[in-house]
Amino acid sequence: MSAASESERRRAAVIGKVRRALADDGNGDARRAAVEERLSRPRPNLVPARGQLTGEARLALFAEMAEKVSASVERVASAEELPEAVASYLRARNLPSELRMGADPRLKALPWDRASHLEIKHGPSDGRDLAAISHAFGGVAETGTLFLLSGQENPTSLNFLPEHHLVVLAAQDIAGDYEALWARLRAAEGDAGLPRTVNLVTGPSRSADIEQTLLLGAHGPRALHILLLGEG
Amino acid sequence: MSLSITSPAFKENAALALADVDLQQALTHVERGFIEKRRKAAEALPEFEALRDEARAIKEHTLAHLDLYLEAFEAKAQHAGAEVHFAETAEDARQAVLAICRRAKARTVTKGKSMISEEIGLNDFLEENDIAPVETDLGEYIIQLRGEPPSHIIAPAVHVTRNQVEQEFRRAHAGLDPERDLSEPVSLLAEARAALREKFLAADIGITGANFLIAETGSSVIVTNEGNGDLTQILPRVHIVLASIEKLVPTLEDVSTLLRVLARSATGQDMSVYTTFSTGPRRPGDPDGPEETHIVILDNGRAEMLAGELREMLRCIRCGACMNHCPVYHAIGGHAYGATYVGPMGAVLAPALFGLEKTANLPNASTFCGRCEAVCPVRIPLPKLMRHWREREYERHLKPAAERGGLKFWAFLAKRPGLYRLATRLGLAALSRFGRQDSYASLPFAGGWTRHRDLPAPAAKSFLDQWKASR
Repeated sequence: MSAASESERRRAAVIGKVRRALADDGNGDARRAAVEERLSRPRPNLVPARGQLTGEARLALFAEMAEKVSASVERVASAEELPEAVASYLRARNLPSELRMGADPRLKALPWDRASHLEIKHGPSDGRDLAAISHAFGGVAETGTLFLLSGQENPTSLNFLPEHHLVVLAAQDIAGDYEALWARLRAAEGDAGLPRTVNLVTGPSRSADIEQTLLLGAHGPRALHILLLGEG
Repeated sequence: MSLSITSPAFKENAALALADVDLQQALTHVERGFIEKRRKAAEALPEFEALRDEARAIKEHTLAHLDLYLEAFEAKAQHAGAEVHFAETAEDARQAVLAICRRAKARTVTKGKSMISEEIGLNDFLEENDIAPVETDLGEYIIQLRGEPPSHIIAPAVHVTRNQVEQEFRRAHAGLDPERDLSEPVSLLAEARAALREKFLAADIGITGANFLIAETGSSVIVTNEGNGDLTQILPRVHIVLASIEKLVPTLEDVSTLLRVLARSATGQDMSVYTTFSTGPRRPGDPDGPEETHIVILDNGRAEMLAGELREMLRCIRCGACMNHCPVYHAIGGHAYGATYVGPMGAVLAPALFGLEKTANLPNASTFCGRCEAVCPVRIPLPKLMRHWREREYERHLKPAAERGGLKFWAFLAKRPGLYRLATRLGLAALSRFGRQDSYASLPFAGGWTRHRDLPAPAAKSFLDQWKASR
């Protein structure tokens, strides 16, 4: 038997077994309709009250939850101030004035020449970068979570390889709950479906695998710095 | 075939575990750490109990329509450019992975944490075929160096002390300065991070598990704290996802609900650090990500579970709360179970996957205290399902003759109340000859019990006698 027909046989066997095991569950048409309905009109389930805050309270909860998981949050009033905020973050930690970024137009457009001596490298990380910057698609107040999307302008490796990950998040892009961001993402991507990678990031990397002692910086960034831009 | 099931020797394994000083020291972290963290996280979210009900309902709905959700997932994943491979058996899954590795001419494979990989004995199989697998989750890396299976489904090296980790790194990492201080977990972590960074960058293929497969989008989801699962799938040219049929979930909203109970039940976090949704290979113009994505979906006995009482077990989202709260697990750790999956969830799942003949000891390794069911985020009635296996064990004559005889004798007594009362009184009278005390450190014919703990003394009068007296 050819490899292709062999894999087709396995597929039929697994799905067939499942179907037979469910045979007593009733009428096929009703089951099909239930699945179609659920997939074509996704609806939120119960959303906790803390995910339904608005305005400043939502912003405050985002910062509180992000800091609870050891991220740092810095409010920045305008985009023009971002380069200097990045430069001073690096200076304060005695890091070299080097920064890796993708080709995100929102980041590219910033006046980087205002931060003197900051050397910018573009493209995916080679595994030796100390600091990288990304722009988040949104944030979730409920748990202080960032949504980061892969794409031509956003290398996913920047989220994981550098020691310090800086993320710009527009305050107006913070939602209360995950569900709001999924809805926004569906609207933005349309029929294209999800980008190859959607990273939900909640704090810097950590491990408690040795005697349940919690340590930051397991394989991913040791530090996650969120630059919260503008007003909500 | 490489996976070894040592469950038939459960009693001997448990006795060794109870006498193992390092293991007993390591196990104190389970009882002290996990229970308190889960309790705090659950109490901090007023909707937690209601979310558990919803999580249960989502999984129930999915399982009742699983054939259709599998087809929907497959279509979406293929549309996004992934290849989907169904595997009926562990051997099918191993062969599917090997064929992908061969086609990619792979020599080294990095791995994110995957229990399916353990279930099918993938690492040994790859090594037999001259492909070097490297586990990258810190705990998995430690036990791979030690040549052991995981002893816990989310904290695989929970049985290892920091001194043992240091010994292992000094043995395995060539060029490590003998003078370097590795006495603290932080320096051990730094050592592992540096050693594994090179492996990540050099690997030909990355293999991860999946916490969920989403029918709506064709995505696979992994949940980690370290970021190793992400480096495993971003950097190599080929990404293989190992999943089983019950990982299906309808929509992104449904996954969001399950995520709200998963980390809280597992580690007491509100949300794990990295929750990654991967949909197909890299898109045209993407600067990184895998060029090929393969998703292997394993049955291995699960479809049969759908037809009966055991369907409820397929709701499991692998948080580990049942073992974290299990007094038997606290006493002996995971290795004594000897069948990949451990604790109460393992005691129900292992007989279905590996056969009751080899694993009948596991559903008997429970006091039925019920803590596992009380904390299960999807409300699986674990004691009921362990009882299911005990009944099958009795029906299929798998119990030793002496135990069957004992059970028959007890049933004979229990059906004759007068005789039962007489026997209880005689038993109490006999015990009183050893002196009144709260508990007994040793008794004739009770060595199997008293070797590892005292036998609590029964009340001076039986419940029935006390009941009568109070009326």
